[in-house]
Amino acid sequence: MSDAQTVGVLHPANEALTRDERIVLNLYFISALLVFVLMMLLGLTMRTSQSTWMSVPPNIFYEIMTAHGAGMVGTIVLASSAVMWFFLRKYVRLSLSIFAANYVLFMLGALAILGAVFLGGYAGAWTFLYPLPVHSMGLWSTNAAALFMLGYLLIGVGFLLFYLDAMLAIIRVYGNLGRALGLQWLFGGEIDKSHPTTVVASTMVAITNSVGILAGAVVLVICLINIYFPSVAPNALLVKNLIFLFGHMFVNASIYMAVIAVYELLPRYSGRPYPISRAFLWSWASSLVMVLIVYPHHLMMDYVMPHWMLVMGQIISYCAGLPVFTVTVYGALTNVYRSGMRWTMPASLLMLSMFGWAAGIVPAIVDGTIGVNKLMHNTQWVPGHFHFYLLLGVLPMVLALMFHLIGQRTPARASDRWSFPLYVFGGLVFVFAFLAAGHLSTPRRFAVHLPPWLAYDQAGTVGAALVIAAMLVFTFQIIVGLSRPTGNAHAALAAG
Amino acid sequence: MITQDHVWMWTLAGIGVVTLAFVFVIVNASKPADPSTVQKHAYAIRRWWFLALVLLGVGVAYASLKPFPIADQHAQAESAQVVAAVGRQWSWQLSQNRIELGKPVQFDVTSVDVNHGFAIYGPNDRIVTQVQAMPGFTNRLLYTFTEPGKYRVMCLEYCGLAHHGMVTEFEVVAAGNGGKP
Repeated sequence: MSDAQTVGVLHPANEALTRDERIVLNLYFISALLVFVLMMLLGLTMRTSQSTWMSVPPNIFYEIMTAHGAGMVGTIVLASSAVMWFFLRKYVRLSLSIFAANYVLFMLGALAILGAVFLGGYAGAWTFLYPLPVHSMGLWSTNAAALFMLGYLLIGVGFLLFYLDAMLAIIRVYGNLGRALGLQWLFGGEIDKSHPTTVVASTMVAITNSVGILAGAVVLVICLINIYFPSVAPNALLVKNLIFLFGHMFVNASIYMAVIAVYELLPRYSGRPYPISRAFLWSWASSLVMVLIVYPHHLMMDYVMPHWMLVMGQIISYCAGLPVFTVTVYGALTNVYRSGMRWTMPASLLMLSMFGWAAGIVPAIVDGTIGVNKLMHNTQWVPGHFHFYLLLGVLPMVLALMFHLIGQRTPARASDRWSFPLYVFGGLVFVFAFLAAGHLSTPRRFAVHLPPWLAYDQAGTVGAALVIAAMLVFTFQIIVGLSRPTGNAHAALAAG
Repeated sequence: MITQDHVWMWTLAGIGVVTLAFVFVIVNASKPADPSTVQKHAYAIRRWWFLALVLLGVGVAYASLKPFPIADQHAQAESAQVVAAVGRQWSWQLSQNRIELGKPVQFDVTSVDVNHGFAIYGPNDRIVTQVQAMPGFTNRLLYTFTEPGKYRVMCLEYCGLAHHGMVTEFEVVAAGNGGKP
């Protein structure tokens, strides 16, 4: 039996951290929490400004928007990679130095990005859509744009190292990546039930996000060359394709890494195994292909794109929902149904994450229809759906592991009774304000809003404030918990 | 109801189904039952659930892609009014600002600097259609207006400091009424 199926033991001995491992993991988690809160405050500032409850000049608004987008995307991937590292190291030998190097490179990259935005005035959005970075109309310098891209490159190099180390470690144990994915069992044969779900998910992410990051690196180098040698002007459509391949892959990698927490932890809290199955293997193998070829759904309004690619974007958007609805989320619901589940904080967050992911991709899939995209593209419908599955899906997965880890170090918290519902309620108000405004055609990324849109902005502001209040409580509790010594609790603690 | 309202209702219905499934499971989570029995029933249901989703996807894909919702980019639309639209930071230039009601319009949309979004808002302030304006490319948008009145073009692709102010207007008028909407 793999660890994923070892139900009953909440904190198995092989998950114990050495002193150095604990230091690095704490750096990841504490940094991520602090940046999340900071970025949420930037988000709140934007919604408050759009609500006309606070005046923010447009240049500052778009700087904040750029920092918020880059910061949130980077940090959710950083935190999710820590989830993957924490569980994958049980099955393969990962390098702690590379894990630490990823953190250092991320922080250096983040400093470059913050400097480019708040000192250099760069406000070209996190998507750095060519040629906007070199067409600022005097708002920022080309050096600021270059510094922003250099920050991305540093972060990309760190993650690429992390994934290469993971793939190498996986190959050492399983022979090749195909066997780690369980491809040998797709069409028949008896599945080795001890094959870890974590290894399957990690292999898929390592492959796909390496491709995504490489696409990002290529486009960043192209753009950097263009900054200093303007006569080398790339094809805008090609650059757009590469940016969205990278961007889509990078954001989705956060889900595929963080969901490992669900596979590993949910069975421990429900008391039921979450066995590997052929459907599970098919879902990850097909997701590997789909996540790489679905990105044209971001380019549906670029009519000069080959139309077969846009059709593919729509069809694959639909198909990509199948593994979620019929395997991962369905499997989680089956695991919990009539299990005698104990609703502790980690268990509640895991369940919320499944809900946020499943419900959040409904508006996403709908928007993946070309005919709908013509009406919803770049409206607030878009931040509505991605905040749904990031704020109420991926972040709760990460928080679940954090609360799980501190569970052995801290007593039960009275605040859990209100902080969790507050997070859920605030999150729902926040995302539905976006979705409702999107269906009314309110544009996204507008510093100034028209009067008919303000009610939704104000509702979104209230929702954001509630989420931040809950997040502040979570952050305080987790940081205090992570700072406490574990003692001998690891081996001794068991469910019961 | 316009299309956005239908989309909104279907989305709420989808999220509602997801919510009901979660509520059902959570309400029943505290009553333990034999795991193998639960799993057996769940797997049986899953086959039908999978089939239902596939059929739904195939049906929606077929209905939404036929006829194809994007104009042929290489063929000139027959008997269409042609409007050239050029985006630049931070204004729109249209070759004409009066368009005839009920007759197809071909918007040839491009940009001279960065990416812009050419979104047409109707008299009810809701988007009727949109396309991207890209430097070095011309996207061809075909649309037939069925309601007279004042329409606005707003930029829906972030393009810098005055992105939110990149707006222009045109009028859709009935044929032969002296240009009055």
